[in-house]
Amino acid sequence: MVNPRKNRRYQHNKGDLFFKGLALLCAASVPLLMAGILAQLISSSSLSLKEFGFGFLTSQEWNPVTEVFGALSSTFGTIVSTLIAMIIAVPLGLVIAVFLVELAPPKISAFFGGAVELLAAIPSIIYGMWGLFIFAPIMADHVQPFLDKYFGFLPLFQGAKMGIGMLTAGLILALMILPYISSVSRDVFNMVPTVVKEAAYGQGATTWEVTRAVVLRYSLRGIVGAAFLGLGRALGETMAVTFVIGNSHRISASLFASSNSIASTLANEFTEAVEPLYLSSLVELGLVLFLITVGFQSMAQVWLWSIRKKLAD
Amino acid sequence: MKKMNRVLTILAGLAFVIALSFGSAGPVHAQTINGAGASFPYPVYSQWAYKYNQITGVQLNYQSIGSGGGIRQIKAKTVDFGASDAPLKKADLDEFGMIQFPMIMGGVVPVVHIKGIKPGELKLTPDVLVDLFLGKITKWNDPAIQALNPGLSIPEKDVTIVHRSDGSGTTWIITHYLTAVSSEWQEKVGASKAVSWPAGVGGKGNEGVASYVQRIDGSIGYVEFAYALQNNLTYIQLQNRAGKYVSPTKESFMAAAANADWQHAPGFYMVLVNQPGEESWPITGASFIILYKDQTNKETAAAILKFFDWCYQHGKEIALNLDYVPMPDNVIEIVQNVWAEEVQHNGKSLWK
Repeated sequence: MVNPRKNRRYQHNKGDLFFKGLALLCAASVPLLMAGILAQLISSSSLSLKEFGFGFLTSQEWNPVTEVFGALSSTFGTIVSTLIAMIIAVPLGLVIAVFLVELAPPKISAFFGGAVELLAAIPSIIYGMWGLFIFAPIMADHVQPFLDKYFGFLPLFQGAKMGIGMLTAGLILALMILPYISSVSRDVFNMVPTVVKEAAYGQGATTWEVTRAVVLRYSLRGIVGAAFLGLGRALGETMAVTFVIGNSHRISASLFASSNSIASTLANEFTEAVEPLYLSSLVELGLVLFLITVGFQSMAQVWLWSIRKKLAD
Repeated sequence: MKKMNRVLTILAGLAFVIALSFGSAGPVHAQTINGAGASFPYPVYSQWAYKYNQITGVQLNYQSIGSGGGIRQIKAKTVDFGASDAPLKKADLDEFGMIQFPMIMGGVVPVVHIKGIKPGELKLTPDVLVDLFLGKITKWNDPAIQALNPGLSIPEKDVTIVHRSDGSGTTWIITHYLTAVSSEWQEKVGASKAVSWPAGVGGKGNEGVASYVQRIDGSIGYVEFAYALQNNLTYIQLQNRAGKYVSPTKESFMAAAANADWQHAPGFYMVLVNQPGEESWPITGASFIILYKDQTNKETAAAILKFFDWCYQHGKEIALNLDYVPMPDNVIEIVQNVWAEEVQHNGKSLWK
């Protein structure tokens, strides 16, 4: 006879092992998937990698007729539209979070907090259509003439006021990433220990001083995390941008001008691309986006790590 | 009302496809044909499929994924037929042992938005149209345009070009037209489903172009014939090859179709632009079906040919209601001769 207790323990161990293996498998699937995507992108774009080499990244040309392709205008559009979105959404998101956590009464805070999170639930196609039919006319009739009147001496705000283009795309993106930044920041602010804040208030600090010196400093890591969450979404956003950016393969100093992004170029041209080199160049564009995203995320990790180290010192 | 019809058609088509994907909804002995490709003929294909299914029980599953996708899928043999808005070259077809034939025709209409100009008022010649799209004419009151329209007062307004941002058969047709009428366009830009436009902004889909044109004062764009008609866009009169000014109407499209010489087009590779005839609208094109010559499944192949035959013979009214132009009878005859000669199963013809 086998000892029943021993037997049970044996089974218990087997279950543990099984669970451990399963968990490992699940965890390993993420890097495996990433590596698989990267390998697939590289192999599918081999034709254009061979044809254009490094010049692909620096060429502005995008001509499906002569089959000469370069990623510069799309890359430029992706980065600039994301930059506009970040410049607007990060400060705004932080201010909203501060209001929700530090200033608003609990009921109002819950209401506004819910409203902001609702923004995140709107599908991007809705942002795109709203952007094209409602927001673009407002831009053309009010915002762009205003900018032209007061800041028209800058090359940034010159040219035809069509309501679509880089600036509109950046603003729509800002709106789309705002809920991510503000709701993550709000959660981070909520984690600041009340004792620390009360100690500061006890020393006679104003709300602004407490926010700046205690809350923001304490939550710096979380804020950076929130910002990069938004950044990741802005870089890859496709539908909304395609609707309002104007989709032309040109680099222009003016934010009023139509432009394009990597994601919008893919959305526009992938379905009808038949020629192998054309298709391969589109895949390589995807590879560039992949590398940009991974690059930014790694930068964020390194930065977080250095902040953590500084705080520990 | 027309638009409503088209929407209903698409909905019916969708419901049909959904019903198909659950399998059990159709008749018991249902034969299924799978196709994929061009989005331009999707409304008429789905309407045809719906009617044909009611009559015969044969089900057509058509995925409107774009011509490029359709060609890729037929090459990978995941579908029974592919559909493309641009014809493949004879050499490409031969390489894969495929044939193509025109199924339905449509066309492209330049549309403008200039304050005070009504639909059909503005007259343009091919040269002026090319110069506009090349970005050489930058003001609407340019002498070249005023000379063509002595009775019209045209405002001094900047010209904004609106083109398609996505690769499309519509762009394929209009760039082939511009190439046909101008050697300068041919050198500088060329013709394809997507080109490097010298100027302007890009809208996604016909609706994208239409909304940009309606939005931007002083703009000129191009949309499918049916789309311009159903949305009352400000179309222009264009001078055709015979030197006559024509408006985009069903009649002028049929005139262009009737004058096309399909008999002498190898592999049905035909660019339908700039056709002769006094009544012909110059910017027209056909949408094509692509099949393998050597069919592995006899029943499916026979069903495909029977379906397309039904569309040719009995689908004309449906097509006209949706503002497409059906193929003329003489062209149908040429196509069916090719079926009889080329489409085979084990060396035996599948069409008599």
